[in-house]
Amino acid sequence: MPQLDFATFAPQLIWLTLVFGVLYLVMARVALPRIATVIEERRDRVADDLDTAAQLKSDTDDAIASYETALAEARTKAHSIAQETRDRLTAETDAHRADLEGQLAARIADAEKRIDATKTQALTNVRDVAVDVADAITQQLLGDSDRAAAERAVDGELT
Amino acid sequence: MSAADQESGGLGIDPMHQFEVTPIIPIHFGGIDASFTNASMWMVFAAIGIISLTVFAMSGRAMVPGRWQSIAELSYEFVANMVRDNVGKAGQSYFPFIFTLFMFVLFSNMLGMLPYSFTTTSHIIVTFALALFIFIGVTLIGVVKHGFHFLSLFVPKGLPAVLLPLIVVIEVISYLSRPISLSVRLFANMMAGHTMLKVFAGFVIGFLGAGGLFTGLAIAPIAFMVAFTGLEILVAFLQAYVFAILTCIYLNDALHLH
Repeated sequence: MPQLDFATFAPQLIWLTLVFGVLYLVMARVALPRIATVIEERRDRVADDLDTAAQLKSDTDDAIASYETALAEARTKAHSIAQETRDRLTAETDAHRADLEGQLAARIADAEKRIDATKTQALTNVRDVAVDVADAITQQLLGDSDRAAAERAVDGELT
Repeated sequence: MSAADQESGGLGIDPMHQFEVTPIIPIHFGGIDASFTNASMWMVFAAIGIISLTVFAMSGRAMVPGRWQSIAELSYEFVANMVRDNVGKAGQSYFPFIFTLFMFVLFSNMLGMLPYSFTTTSHIIVTFALALFIFIGVTLIGVVKHGFHFLSLFVPKGLPAVLLPLIVVIEVISYLSRPISLSVRLFANMMAGHTMLKVFAGFVIGFLGAGGLFTGLAIAPIAFMVAFTGLEILVAFLQAYVFAILTCIYLNDALHLH
């Protein structure tokens, strides 16, 4: 078994010490600090980028919030304008209608008055004619007439 | 002909040959052999691979990482999480060591999967040196941090006085066997897997050499080797992970007692 050949122990130990020692120094002094720096820098950079991203996100959220507020305000405003307009138009229409109704009522009252007058007039005429007719008939039949009696008789019939 | 040759059917294929350490550049310092061997070469390759991944692939320092940078960062995060989960905040100063350890074992194991390569972690002396260093280091950390109180590590809380001597002996033995279990686990896994692959490769050559009807049979060990290579890659990763996480657990024991 070559592993148990004691003659080879000395050179193996010497070279192991030498190679391992140099390797340890290179790792400890050069390689590992360098790798650590690179990894650290990357970690910092990623953290920074994440911070920036978070900042940008909160900015975006703010912008969205203010936009939502503005939108809600505009919507409320639009509502109130529409309501006002509707109210105003309703009021105008109501006033207009009341006006028209008033006019119409006045005209109806007028017309009724006129009809009444005409009717009274007509009835007055009917009495006169009836009195005249009764007077005339009485005259013809009796050769004498009493205008006042005829008027009384006609009034008595008419009422 | 060695015993291993006879095991593989005497085909001249030694499954242990791949573990042999051969000098490439002989170096001697006052009687001490410090030759640059094939084992040393693959240790250097592992180090070059790790440095390429963690230093050069990271040289762009890109905010959005490419493939190689991603792998480097992934390895870093993987080991960092392991240390954080198992040791906590106090383990941060030991993170470079755990990272180096994990990557070194992982690269050694993975490079060992290349054909004609050498698996440095398949040598007990290498894994034992690492484990012993960890054991001594962790014990020193515990003693320096807690002083005499460190010995309470061997006395579980709420123990009946009768059982105390027995349990303390068991705890001490289990503590002292840590470097052995840690090193043997890695070394044995690596060696067994590679030996197994070599033995089955020997079967393929044996069948092909036998010719005739046996040529067709060679497909069976090849299929097994393909599947087993997949398993070995998993084991290579898993053993590196186990080695590192056990180090974390030992370190946690020393830092926080329990």
